[in-house]
Amino acid sequence: MTISAFPPGALLILGAMLLPFGGPRTRTALMLGLPLATLWVVWNLPDGASATIAVFNYELILVRSDALGRLFAIIFSLMAFAGFLFALRQRSTLELVAAMTYAGGAVGVALAGDFVTLFVFWEIMALASSTIVFSAGGRQSTKVAMRYFQVHMAGGALLLSGILVHVTAGGSITFDSVDTNTLGGALILAGVLLNAAAPPVSAWLPDAYPEASYSGMVFLSAFTTKAAVYALIRGFPGTEILIWIGLFMIFYGIIYALLENDMRRILAYSIVNQVGFMVVGVGIGTEMALNGAAAHAFAHIIYKALLLMSAGAVLYQTGKRKCTDLGGLFQSMPVTTVCGIIGALSISSFPWTSGFVSKSMINDAAGHEHLAFTWFLLMAASAGVFLHAGIKFPWFVFFQKDSGLRSPDPPWNMRFAMIFFAALCIGLGIWPQPLYMLLPFPVAYEPYTAAHVVNMLQLLMFSGLAFFLMLPLMRRTLTITLDVDWIYRRLAPIIVRRCAAITLELNARARHTMLQIHSEVAKLTRNWYGENSKLGGVQTVGSTIAIALFVFAIILLWDLFTA
Amino acid sequence: MTENESKHWLLRPRTIRLLWIGFTVVLALLVLADMFIHPHTLFGVDGTFGFYAWYGLLTCAAMVLFAKALGLLLKRPDTYYDD
Repeated sequence: MTISAFPPGALLILGAMLLPFGGPRTRTALMLGLPLATLWVVWNLPDGASATIAVFNYELILVRSDALGRLFAIIFSLMAFAGFLFALRQRSTLELVAAMTYAGGAVGVALAGDFVTLFVFWEIMALASSTIVFSAGGRQSTKVAMRYFQVHMAGGALLLSGILVHVTAGGSITFDSVDTNTLGGALILAGVLLNAAAPPVSAWLPDAYPEASYSGMVFLSAFTTKAAVYALIRGFPGTEILIWIGLFMIFYGIIYALLENDMRRILAYSIVNQVGFMVVGVGIGTEMALNGAAAHAFAHIIYKALLLMSAGAVLYQTGKRKCTDLGGLFQSMPVTTVCGIIGALSISSFPWTSGFVSKSMINDAAGHEHLAFTWFLLMAASAGVFLHAGIKFPWFVFFQKDSGLRSPDPPWNMRFAMIFFAALCIGLGIWPQPLYMLLPFPVAYEPYTAAHVVNMLQLLMFSGLAFFLMLPLMRRTLTITLDVDWIYRRLAPIIVRRCAAITLELNARARHTMLQIHSEVAKLTRNWYGENSKLGGVQTVGSTIAIALFVFAIILLWDLFTA
Repeated sequence: MTENESKHWLLRPRTIRLLWIGFTVVLALLVLADMFIHPHTLFGVDGTFGFYAWYGLLTCAAMVLFAKALGLLLKRPDTYYDD
């Protein structure tokens, strides 16, 4: 077993273990330095496989570097840097250690060259992300973390069984595109889709993420679902069913976000919505669509983290998370408001923001393939994103009624993290070339044609008109909306409790019956052999022998007659 | 200082009325801009005058109404899962 190089993800995972030991200065240096060091290493990775290990008959490729893997490893490292800048004041060391391990796992997944390495980093991510939810503290987050962990263990089991079936059926251990018509391929796809929050199990995401701390959810939003998108692009390009799964996710996200009152749950649903666009891109599977999916994942990580930073800043400063309690914060939190709006415009793919140059590639790829149905739905969805995230989030958090809250902007590190990502959202929107150069396929795409800009502006502005015209219908209520998780949070416990009650009842009755039988037998025995019975009383040796002989005689006679 | 002036300038009724007027002008200009661009149509209807405007408005209205209807069925108090 030889190691010829060091996987960059391990830099973060091993570095995470140092975090509890340094003083505040050392810790700050590690939190900012390690992601930057990882970014530098990833950026300079030469193409090809390195860090190979021979285990039994298999060659594990811990690091395989190509454009696609590097793109994701770069954005994961960059995300870790901005996330830790935002989280510098986080008091929970457990969360910070978990977050860094989590980021390392994501970088590891993006560069994993074989299924075994992929699985190991995949499970590191599951464990670390559960720990982030758990570290928020309190009974509630322990229960949520356990639910989250169990869902992801189930996903991991699907993935592992898929890998085992795939490899024992003669498939290659190298992580490349997989045939979904084989059992192994289908199981791997199911395991990956679970992490992408695909139906029918999207509910784990809005259930768990908003229970994390103000900084924890920033990390959570970035890695798990996007690592799954990476695995889909790598393993399942052009798998048609992904178009339908993605479209479902898109509209599920919009509808549930429209009904939601908790600001971070709105954003959680919109993660499912945005990942849906990427999944559609993978399903279309042309070079342009895959470029679009990859570019959109890159842009999405930045603007979604930005949105959650602004929501996190509001939570950190006010301690409130429900739209019904918020409003009017633009007066006292101008930086947070402006950054939140920039994130909201980016997620809506407003021209001159990063979402415009990435999502348009997916929409246009659907058009180029003449997928009319998909294209019209994607257009409606683009308008719907502006509705549920682009306007609804900033409107209800920073404007609407005046809640009377006058909390100031958050401390400098959180402001800097937001301004950094807001600048990237606009920078990539105006100069998309650096992003396009990182994409897996050559890009011949010009997002800024007059027609495209006017079309998109029309779509978004009239979506905005619909929002303000229908504002009375969107009044926030103190409600949640039932989802598939109702089955395991409500229905299953009811069934289990009912079954337990029935079992207890049966048990009690059975015991009662057995006791009755026992006492009957005891009564009979007493009647026959008791002190006052014929056979009972004080036994002499003689009478005992007589009884024995009598029994013996009966046995002999029985034998005689039946012979 | 009257009550109106103590409000943030963005919240005064006058500003809000101006914002609505500005918004309407922008909407009108965006639709008119359709006359000056070369529509590259993929499916026919998407190249027609003002397509993106009415399509955005109507699909959004449909989504809000659909969400409202689904809410009637699936909404619960947010203490529903608390024990």
